[in-house]
Amino acid sequence: MSTKPFNDSAADDPTLLDYATRPVRPPVALDPAMDEADIPSDVRMELYERQQVLRQFEKRAYDLFMQNLVKGTSHLSLGMEAVSAGFGQAMQPDDYVFATYRGHAHTLSKGAPLGPVMAELLGRENGILQGKGGSMHLTSVEHNMMGSYAIIGAHLCIANGTAWSAQIRGTDQVTVAFFGDGATNIGAFHEALNFAVIWNLPIVFVCENNLYMEYTPSDLITAVEHPAADRASAYGLERIIVDGNDADAVYLSAQTALTKARRGAGPSLIEAVTYRHGGHSRADPGKYRPADEVEAWLDHDPIPIYHQRLLRLGVPEGDLATIQQSVAGRIDEATEFAKAGLPPDPALAMTDLWADGGSAWRN
Amino acid sequence: MAELSYREAVARGIAQEMRRDPMLVMLGEDIAGAGGVFKTTVGLLDEFGPSRIRDTPISEQAILGAAMGAAMTGVPVIAEIMFSDFIAVCFDILANEMAKSRYMTGGQMTVPVVVRTHNGGGSRFGAQHSQSVENWCMMIPGLKVVAPSNPADVVGLMAAAIRDPDPVVFFEHKSLLATKGEVPEGELFQALGEAKVVREGSDCTIVALALMVPRAIEAAERLADDGVSAEVIDLRSLVPLDTKTIMSSVEKTGRLYTVEENPRLCGWGAEIASLVGEEAFWNLDGPVIRISTPHIPLPSAENLEDLTIPSVDRIYETIKRSMD
Repeated sequence: MSTKPFNDSAADDPTLLDYATRPVRPPVALDPAMDEADIPSDVRMELYERQQVLRQFEKRAYDLFMQNLVKGTSHLSLGMEAVSAGFGQAMQPDDYVFATYRGHAHTLSKGAPLGPVMAELLGRENGILQGKGGSMHLTSVEHNMMGSYAIIGAHLCIANGTAWSAQIRGTDQVTVAFFGDGATNIGAFHEALNFAVIWNLPIVFVCENNLYMEYTPSDLITAVEHPAADRASAYGLERIIVDGNDADAVYLSAQTALTKARRGAGPSLIEAVTYRHGGHSRADPGKYRPADEVEAWLDHDPIPIYHQRLLRLGVPEGDLATIQQSVAGRIDEATEFAKAGLPPDPALAMTDLWADGGSAWRN
Repeated sequence: MAELSYREAVARGIAQEMRRDPMLVMLGEDIAGAGGVFKTTVGLLDEFGPSRIRDTPISEQAILGAAMGAAMTGVPVIAEIMFSDFIAVCFDILANEMAKSRYMTGGQMTVPVVVRTHNGGGSRFGAQHSQSVENWCMMIPGLKVVAPSNPADVVGLMAAAIRDPDPVVFFEHKSLLATKGEVPEGELFQALGEAKVVREGSDCTIVALALMVPRAIEAAERLADDGVSAEVIDLRSLVPLDTKTIMSSVEKTGRLYTVEENPRLCGWGAEIASLVGEEAFWNLDGPVIRISTPHIPLPSAENLEDLTIPSVDRIYETIKRSMD
């Protein structure tokens, strides 16, 4: 009989996570057929510009952390821009969007203005939430961007509600709910999917599978290889996996799912496989990822992928450079707008708990 | 004036508001076809149809989530959580999401949801189907908390809760469902945040909620036989809290008792004791005394459950002893 109660050998017990050997999880090869995809050239130029906006915004957000102008935490979408760009492009203005705490890109891609979003990261009164929500809760009701949610999975249940509301009001609005691979192991994900299917709701669930649940490789702690797609059959849904770093692939997949929902044919679940260039949050340098894995994914960066495709399709390099420069100017303006904002008026701490604008709980 | 049971009053209050607002919808487990496991929604499916009164799976997060999402986009929703104990299963949506969304979006979001739930003990259901959890909700900024004690208030407060633009948790007490009371004809509306002096008195003030109200009144009647004149206040809502009615009663009587069904620690009576201590200390002629369920899970055996939830005897004896 062993004198040691625990056997820590991963070789003997496959349920123990093996931290010593970290297999590389490379991207899929780029689909060459996407060059020929039936996407109008003006749409492609907009997809390029959207990705430029998201990339340059997130880079600037990172620089502003480094200058200690962004407090608290922040979760960047660097490397994951094609997902929000593709869906943002495919959605109608009155469609609803729900995002996670990693929601800068989704908020911007739904049309929220750059300056007030940047100002919110800096905690200023001219922020889109008056400095009361911060990076993890970006919302723009005016653009039907119905919030960024920092409790994993909860928003999938809430997103069903806006889809239900569209059904009740008889509109053709579709709700798109983004979430990470980590959310697929929480109960709310499964409650939300079952509920959406039984009520045939006009909703698209989009898993941004960036392979890591915070710091832990998702496949080590998930019963199936594809955390979202491999669960689809449990809810009678199609298994859909898309290259999340190819904006055209995402756009086409989004169009199909949005059209299906809009014609009353119910929900879809899409798994977009992607990768974050940085760590989970501001606090995380992401050192747990094998160097050759990071390198492989940096070679599968959505921005150069799209840039090269447009060049192959005959778009002049100069046109793309013009877009990059124009976006850079907008990011600079947004930064100036944010920096010019004041810290929120102290009186704002006690406003907007209730509909009357105040926070009184007694007479 | 018709006599209705408390459970009939629930359905009447909902029906009144559904007739008034054609957008209002309700969802929950077994509420439609079955009329609710407590029969509080009987007849609503027949009158309002299956798209406004919707049965759901046993998915409390999905229920409150769907309610919140619909409400955020202009569709007011009543969500039923069958037993208030189950609020723990979906507390995230209640406490982290709907309660905070207006504040943290700088006022962009409005969430007109009423979460109806069956609260309280007396049914011998044991520790997971009998709790009084109104204090769980009271402590969350952004939630309003209502707990009526009689059929007329059920209808009037239901109307106010449904018309309120903010999330309201509406506690229907299981042990009151069969009780009856006069309910006026016509449309009823009782504003939230107005406590009611249900029995006037001059020697002490008893503040109670829901099932504890009739027990406090009965204890007060017995105290009257002993020459103690007790005033009984039915709080009706914990948030907003009508502190004016409490303070003016304490100013008159000089003594305060709270009768709470929630377990002792951080029960709502503690907040009232603290407020009175801070703001009406010099009006007090003795210590504020809290009569509550002890800090234990509720036992199921009849005698043990009766021993733990404040009874008429315990209220009477505690007050009698301390007033002597």
